[in-house]
Amino acid sequence: MPRLEELQDLTTQVRRDILRMVHKVNSGHPGGSLGCAEFFVALYNELMELNEGFDMDGKGEDLFFLSNGHISPVYYSVLARSGYFPVDELNTFRLINSRLQGHPTTHEGLPGIRIASGSLGQGMSVAIGAALAKKLNKDSNLVYSLHGDGELQEGQNWEAMMYASANKVDNLISTIDLNGQQIDGSTDTVLAMGSIKAKFEAFGWDVLDIKEGNNLEAVIAGLKKAKTMTGKGKPVCVLLHTVMGNGVDFMMHTHAWHGKAPNDEQLEIALAQNPETLGDY
Amino acid sequence: MKKYIDQGKNDTRSGFGAGLTELGRTNPNVVALCADLIGSLKMDQFIEENPERFFQIGIAEANMMCIAAGLTIGGKIPFTGTFANFSTGRVYDQIRQSIAYSGKNVKICASHAGVTLGEDGATHQILEDIGLMKMLPGMVVINPCDYNQTKAATIAIADYEGPVYLRFGRPKVANFTPADQKFEIGKALHLTEGTDVTIVATGHLVWEALIAAENLESQGISAEVINIHTIKPLDANAIINSVKKTGCIVTAEEHNVLGGLGESVARVLATSQPTPQEFIGTNDTFGESGTPAQLMEKYGLDNKAIEKAVIKVIERK
Repeated sequence: MPRLEELQDLTTQVRRDILRMVHKVNSGHPGGSLGCAEFFVALYNELMELNEGFDMDGKGEDLFFLSNGHISPVYYSVLARSGYFPVDELNTFRLINSRLQGHPTTHEGLPGIRIASGSLGQGMSVAIGAALAKKLNKDSNLVYSLHGDGELQEGQNWEAMMYASANKVDNLISTIDLNGQQIDGSTDTVLAMGSIKAKFEAFGWDVLDIKEGNNLEAVIAGLKKAKTMTGKGKPVCVLLHTVMGNGVDFMMHTHAWHGKAPNDEQLEIALAQNPETLGDY
Repeated sequence: MKKYIDQGKNDTRSGFGAGLTELGRTNPNVVALCADLIGSLKMDQFIEENPERFFQIGIAEANMMCIAAGLTIGGKIPFTGTFANFSTGRVYDQIRQSIAYSGKNVKICASHAGVTLGEDGATHQILEDIGLMKMLPGMVVINPCDYNQTKAATIAIADYEGPVYLRFGRPKVANFTPADQKFEIGKALHLTEGTDVTIVATGHLVWEALIAAENLESQGISAEVINIHTIKPLDANAIINSVKKTGCIVTAEEHNVLGGLGESVARVLATSQPTPQEFIGTNDTFGESGTPAQLMEKYGLDNKAIEKAVIKVIERK
């Protein structure tokens, strides 16, 4: 399947972008970014119906909102490689006078971004608002959002979950990056949340598991399945089982690389595990 | 001195409700959200006429603010309605990130501001909201003085692109501005011409300032009363030009003197036209239960307090 190979190459290149971006400024969040590379590549290349160019209102196209804004490196890389802004601009990540702020924002006018995020727990509500606007506009396109699992500790998510099911916001697919890690440790040790699946179901959502969240083919198939679940009177939740730091062996299965950049030597090892495919920025 | 007539006491929140109703009829992009306070915010008529454009969020103000931000993506103009306390302090980070920093066209409409909501007491009487909101970059802050002006302001902010905080209240207060007024954001209104003192007031304290000015006139003191309905952006020229003539100023607001209109005026004057100033407002305190009139008197917000401040500031010239 040549298309899948192309997207595999893109995913590897996105991982290189993430690593090089955070290494250059010795800051940023590689762990969650690496874990969500397949999700972003699948979403922007296989799932979302997108218009040419960028328009804030996004009428007649699918919308995406990143709630856990700290994984901006993967977002920026995929936006750039989808043509929203020049790939070279990835060089400016976290630097002064850049449109690529540490956390995504509309404030500097970066195409592709529709809301600032970083302070956690707000994105699901924003996505619901955009989904309601689509319904008012009789726009049949969908709204996607992504949230960290640790982020669900913010109470506003549960307000949003309650609202979305009570009001049948069924043009929304909210994905939870279920990597089980947060800054201070595993989600189970920091604040155990029990069954996230049972909680979403209890809140009236249709829930779909993507067990292999770092298998591109499985992610594409899972998200396509989720799409078929929309329009049936319930909001849709995708539980995306990923490994934080995926693609770099020493960054995997730990919270240590949540918000830490690799040094020169570590970068070299990490890049060797992700050989250049489409050309570095 | 020009005289103003109270056309009949009315609550400013009803002015908001009337303005929202009119917007429902004239602007198809206007939508409204409420966090379980429809009656208190006087949103009933808008909802009856536009049920599909109204969103009952329930008691979840954080969710409401961010849903409002999302609704702007798609061209809607959301008006959120709840008490001032729950429109600001409770949801400050939601407003900061998803509305102000994101530059979203949300109108945050806040009733029951200040101590004069009365008997509910300090948990509901926010006296810090102007300060909180004026500190947010890009946020417009409006505190109209009566029913007619609140209605006009509600209609006007729909035509302004960007986040706005609109503050109004629960008690019935004098309604003395014209019903057919055109509301201009950021434009101070000279209500009386005077030569001895400038009184800059906002909200229903404008009426108290007019009563004070009338009492002062009988004592031979000529007061220039300016209605500052927009605290941000502040009409600095109107204030500077007035104090160049009068040489002293009293500011009056139903808000903590820390962070309110008075401090904004003081900053303008300190940098452009240093002028003796007295502050009418609450003095770094919480409110308490009581009737609006009792609270206005106890916390030094009524015309008597303004009069005293004027006499004091004139002595400092």
